[in-house]
Amino acid sequence: MSHSNEEDIYQEHILDHYEDPYHRGHCDHATHAHEDDNPLCGDVIHVELRISSQGRVDEAWFDGEGCCISQASASMLMERIEGKSVEEVKQFSADDMLKLFGARLTPNRQKCCLLSWRVVQAAMHSPVGDESARDESGATSASKPAQFGGPDLGEES
Amino acid sequence: MATAPSLPLDAESLRRDFPILATRIHGDKPLVYLDNAATTQRPRQVIQTLVDAYENRYANVHRGIHWLSEQSTDLYEEARESVRRFINAERRHEVIFTTGCTASINLVARSWGDQNVRAGDEILLTIMEHHSNIVPWQQLAQRTGCRIRFAPIDSQGRLQVEQFEALLNERTRLVALAAVSNVLGTINPVESLIAAAHRAGAVVLVDAAQSVPHEPTDVRRWDADFVAFSGHKMLGPSGVGILYGRERLLEAMPPFLGGGSMIRRVTVDGFEPGDLPARFEAGTPPIVPALGLTSAIEYLESVGLEKIHRYEQLLAERAHELLEAEGDIRFLGPPPEFKAGIVSFTVDGIHAHDVAQVLDRQGVAIRAGHHCAMPLHKQLGVVASNRASFYFYNTLEEVELLAAGLRELKRVFRRR
Ligand SMILES: Cc1ncc(COP(=O)(O)O)c(C=O)c1O
Repeated sequence: MSHSNEEDIYQEHILDHYEDPYHRGHCDHATHAHEDDNPLCGDVIHVELRISSQGRVDEAWFDGEGCCISQASASMLMERIEGKSVEEVKQFSADDMLKLFGARLTPNRQKCCLLSWRVVQAAMHSPVGDESARDESGATSASKPAQFGGPDLGEES
Repeated sequence: MATAPSLPLDAESLRRDFPILATRIHGDKPLVYLDNAATTQRPRQVIQTLVDAYENRYANVHRGIHWLSEQSTDLYEEARESVRRFINAERRHEVIFTTGCTASINLVARSWGDQNVRAGDEILLTIMEHHSNIVPWQQLAQRTGCRIRFAPIDSQGRLQVEQFEALLNERTRLVALAAVSNVLGTINPVESLIAAAHRAGAVVLVDAAQSVPHEPTDVRRWDADFVAFSGHKMLGPSGVGILYGRERLLEAMPPFLGGGSMIRRVTVDGFEPGDLPARFEAGTPPIVPALGLTSAIEYLESVGLEKIHRYEQLLAERAHELLEAEGDIRFLGPPPEFKAGIVSFTVDGIHAHDVAQVLDRQGVAIRAGHHCAMPLHKQLGVVASNRASFYFYNTLEEVELLAAGLRELKRVFRRR
């Protein structure tokens, strides 16, 4: 197969993230969490963050299900935001996320890539301290729509 | 490559009528188009009909006294006659031109539904319906308070006929069901289901979007009350669809869309609806797409719908064999003998979108997702699936390329 690296979605480092993801699992003492899905593909991403009192993301974990792109991009994003300040993470744009992913994506697959980014942005506004906002799994309710700009991921196209 | 003499039709030579099928993509890979349940391609003959219409015989219909308008009107009404013959309707005005299958179903839900369905009434669907044959009824339920029920399928993806019959009762006003499932490929026993529904006193709408293009249709043998389908799934242009309705029912129904053409007379105080079929064709209809549909029908008849059906079953059979041999495949839907040329599947451990993406790199176009059948996918316990859907111009070699694509998939995902 002769594909330039940029065109190839299934290039080595993406498959590595997919098969051996960074921080897939549960974050002990998480302070913030959010979950959302992309009904078109059924991709689900759940993110748990531990944000210090100084406003730094000390730990970032994700869990989820879905296509290679949605899961690999979540792994990359967790790695990227750890150690960053909340401000820095908020400034990390959708375009930055697509660049971080690397391979060029068609608009439909961009939705898969941006799911974790969207969940992280919403998680920053979703503290888990409030017990009433938790369900059995300890996650905050995902039913509230995220409060930020960005592409609409819910449309079937 | 020579086609085996035992095949019902010669796909290799028919393909030459379809310019788009010669496309090569991603370097120099032949396009293998296996998304025919979403929409089919068109032969030169249909494309030429559209060109001829626009170049020589186009004006608005039913309006002008001038020559060109008469030409256009004649062709448009001939198109209606050709559809009537194709589905064996009794009368020409039982054939309504719409913009597609979805529009046809919505017309029935709005017009017949609002007039005939009350709170407490029931509408019986099957769990394998396309969203187009679910949502308009859910909207009707919101307006009227009627109840929607779903007939289940068995573990093979076939309708459970006894359950279907058990769900029919004196409150059932309407049964709406697909003749062929767009995901499972399951061919439903339409004729006997309609007979059972009629015994319960229900009116029946058949969503024939996936059957009319692939097998002979006889609305009178079915004894259907309404039949809906789309032109673009049967070699025709997009933007035209058909609603067949039994005269007695259509005559009693109020217009759905209001506007030009659908009236007999309009005054400042109100309007008098026109006769059939104009009553349900408000505004300028899809004139040229309707002519394209006629041309598509001529093409399909020249190939032969019985042959198309048998040939597609052979393709599906071969696909089952080859995919089965690749392993790690779960088929959604019954074995080939019970279905049309639609093969849906999931690959263990690999998301449907990744499957479709890797196949696309090999030039193979299949669909991935929920195929507008979310309730069915929920029932099957999968969020997204893959679907290869065939038409008569697909070849056994293309089925082999599908299987080869799945081999490449496993190589990419480094599976043992
Ligand atoms: C079974 C079935 N019903 C209805 C439709 C809707 O057809 P259209 O989108 O042409 O209105 C489709 C096509 O997607 C279908 O497969």
